[in-house]
Amino acid sequence: MRIGLLYSRVRVEERLLIEELERRNVELELLDVGAFCAEIHYPDPWRRFDVVLERCISQTQAVAAVRVLESFGIPCVNPSAVIEACGDKLTTSLLLARHRIATPRVRVALDPETALTAIEEMGYPVVLKPTVGSWGRLLARVNDRDAAEAVVEHKSTLGSVQHGVFYIQEHVDKPGRDLRVFVVGETPIAAIERRSQHWITNTARGGQAAGFGITPEIADLCVRTSRAIAGTSGALLAIDLLESADGRVLVSEVNHTMEFRNSIATTGVDIPGRMIDFVLSVARAGASERRPPAAAGAA
Amino acid sequence: MSQTTATTSACCPECDAAIAFARRPLQGEVVRCIDCNAELEVTSLDPIRMELAPQVQEDWGE
Ligand SMILES: Nc1ncnc2c1ncn2[C@@H]1O[C@H](COP(=O)(O)OP(=O)(O)O)[C@@H](O)[C@H]1O
Ligand SMILES: [Mg+2]
Ligand SMILES: [Zn+2]
Repeated sequence: MRIGLLYSRVRVEERLLIEELERRNVELELLDVGAFCAEIHYPDPWRRFDVVLERCISQTQAVAAVRVLESFGIPCVNPSAVIEACGDKLTTSLLLARHRIATPRVRVALDPETALTAIEEMGYPVVLKPTVGSWGRLLARVNDRDAAEAVVEHKSTLGSVQHGVFYIQEHVDKPGRDLRVFVVGETPIAAIERRSQHWITNTARGGQAAGFGITPEIADLCVRTSRAIAGTSGALLAIDLLESADGRVLVSEVNHTMEFRNSIATTGVDIPGRMIDFVLSVARAGASERRPPAAAGAA
Repeated sequence: MSQTTATTSACCPECDAAIAFARRPLQGEVVRCIDCNAELEVTSLDPIRMELAPQVQEDWGE
């Protein structure tokens, strides 16, 4: 079995995944996304892979490369549909809403004036997020009209065209933490809480991780979220949850290239080991699909 | 004359690999860790310290 690991940087996570793959009986090839080049009419050089595990930092590169590999018939983890569903917060929210999964209210506006009206109607505070982005970057909690005017003007003047899509989310008055559940296949395998003095609790922004016991309700919410995002084939997902003051648990966003370095010791779960189990199961399923059916018994 | 060789190595902040410099690096120099491929910026010289090069793109993330 031959596995490709498509990566931008070998961070702690990628090193753990590589070490795990080296312990298995598989051939591993590291594929630097910077060197990725494929001739779309000539899939043969890529057919040696039974599966490609995608770990790119750039959403744009990840989607492009995985779409090419999938068109060559190579199973990818995660699939491009999952990367696209997670990489754009509007797409994620639409899928969650369509599947009636509890998630904060969201309004979308495409013009600065209309965005201001939408914010005023939703009521302060609101949270503005870039639809594409991560690590808590460029999120704005907007508490009043003055701040709303400033953020909307800055986004429409200084930002790339993408910031002209105003994603306006209800602020959730959470208890000083959010929750993150790691889902492998369709199974929630571990969870952490992330605490911070700041309203943005990403560990990339200084939030402190601690283990969290998954309740049956949260497990059910995460299985349904995984189905909404990835269908029944499953995926590798990190689901961010917010607890509201009235006791509901809401899905805030879903990540497709999960970072887990702070979550192995804190949860006691071998996250990279479980991830690689799933990647290899995808490879085996793909191989049995490609194998020609056994010839009908001739006399 | 070239200076001492005592301070010409440091640890990669991303993967902890030892990075040896053939010569004394410059402040702000960008180097790539051959172990993990991270782009690093030298932020202090005595001792040598490095940080990830600050060039996050909008679409970077999890
Ligand atoms: N609507 C919200 N109400 C309260 N806190 C929020 C809200 N949205 C995000 N946060 C906080 O900001 C963090 C980052 O938000 P998130 O949507 O996960 O963006 P990113 O993709 O940058 O991680 C969350 O982990 C949470 O702590
Ligand atoms: Mg998040
Ligand atoms: Zn390194």
